[in-house]
Amino acid sequence: MSGGVTTEMKFHVLAVDDSIIDRKLIERLLKTSSYQVTVVESGVKALEYLGLLDDEKSNTKSDTNSTTWNQNEIQVNMIITDYCMPGITGYDLLRKIKESTVLKDIPVVIMSSENVPSRINSCLEHGAEDFFLKPVQQSDVNKLRPHLMREKEKGKENQFNSINKRKPIEECLSPDRTRIRFNNDLVA
Amino acid sequence: MQKQLAKMKQSLFDQGYLDEQFIQLEDLQDDANPNFVEEVVTLYYRDSVRLVQNIEQALEKNPLDFSKLEGYMHQFKGSSSSFGAKKVKTECTQFREYCRAGNAEGCKRTFQELKKEYATLKKKLEVYFQLARQAGPVEKACRPK
Repeated sequence: MSGGVTTEMKFHVLAVDDSIIDRKLIERLLKTSSYQVTVVESGVKALEYLGLLDDEKSNTKSDTNSTTWNQNEIQVNMIITDYCMPGITGYDLLRKIKESTVLKDIPVVIMSSENVPSRINSCLEHGAEDFFLKPVQQSDVNKLRPHLMREKEKGKENQFNSINKRKPIEECLSPDRTRIRFNNDLVA
Repeated sequence: MQKQLAKMKQSLFDQGYLDEQFIQLEDLQDDANPNFVEEVVTLYYRDSVRLVQNIEQALEKNPLDFSKLEGYMHQFKGSSSSFGAKKVKTECTQFREYCRAGNAEGCKRTFQELKKEYATLKKKLEVYFQLARQAGPVEKACRPK
């Protein structure tokens, strides 16, 4: 540890669910695990938030809300989404994220109340990190951390507001893979 | 007070009104969020009013749109199981089976049962939460059985 306090990096999780009850539950579960949480009610809203829907619109949006959905400022470390949703399903959302050059490395977890092996396999095959059966419990949310830590170790640290770097980045990062916010001090 | 609360909770579990998921939710309560479960349940009963109405209307159609009904019930079952409403969930499952079998009478009959369980649970939980508020912060080690 390079002397002093290690900053507790708060992972930011985007949760997507059309059920108001399940949104409340997943939000509480994630907050209990000290994640920063954004909850949206549909796949469309999720795509909008992630900037995959309409780039021009989201960049010129000037909200008086405290949350400015400016693509450049949003850092999402994980997406957890319900499978069965009207409109864009969780599966559709998964596909879109994995097809995006910018977002494809964000771990995506699918939730579903139905235990359908073919559905589960399909999601995993298309890049979902994990699949939770509803109702979601604390033990499920506890499984998320390794996925997040792994992404972090892969050298995604520049996605965070990195004030305290714990160690120098050893691997060479290809510039277009990561959203580089600091053009300097990637090395301790 | 705490003992009374624990007894009531045990009873709700023994009689099959609630399942493990309810405990999962209680475990998420802390000083900053002492009434989380009550909030969830309140939200559930408020939000499901519309759904109950939709189902009732759909059950009056002739012939029944089983696919639509199944869709409604999927939602109902989902939110009911999210907080551990065991009996309600069971009725939802039964209802969906009747939908799949195209059994209109079965659906209507089951829905009446479902509404009964739904209403009974509401009353019981109202008492439970009132008691919980009076009893103050509950120790988390209060697991039934």
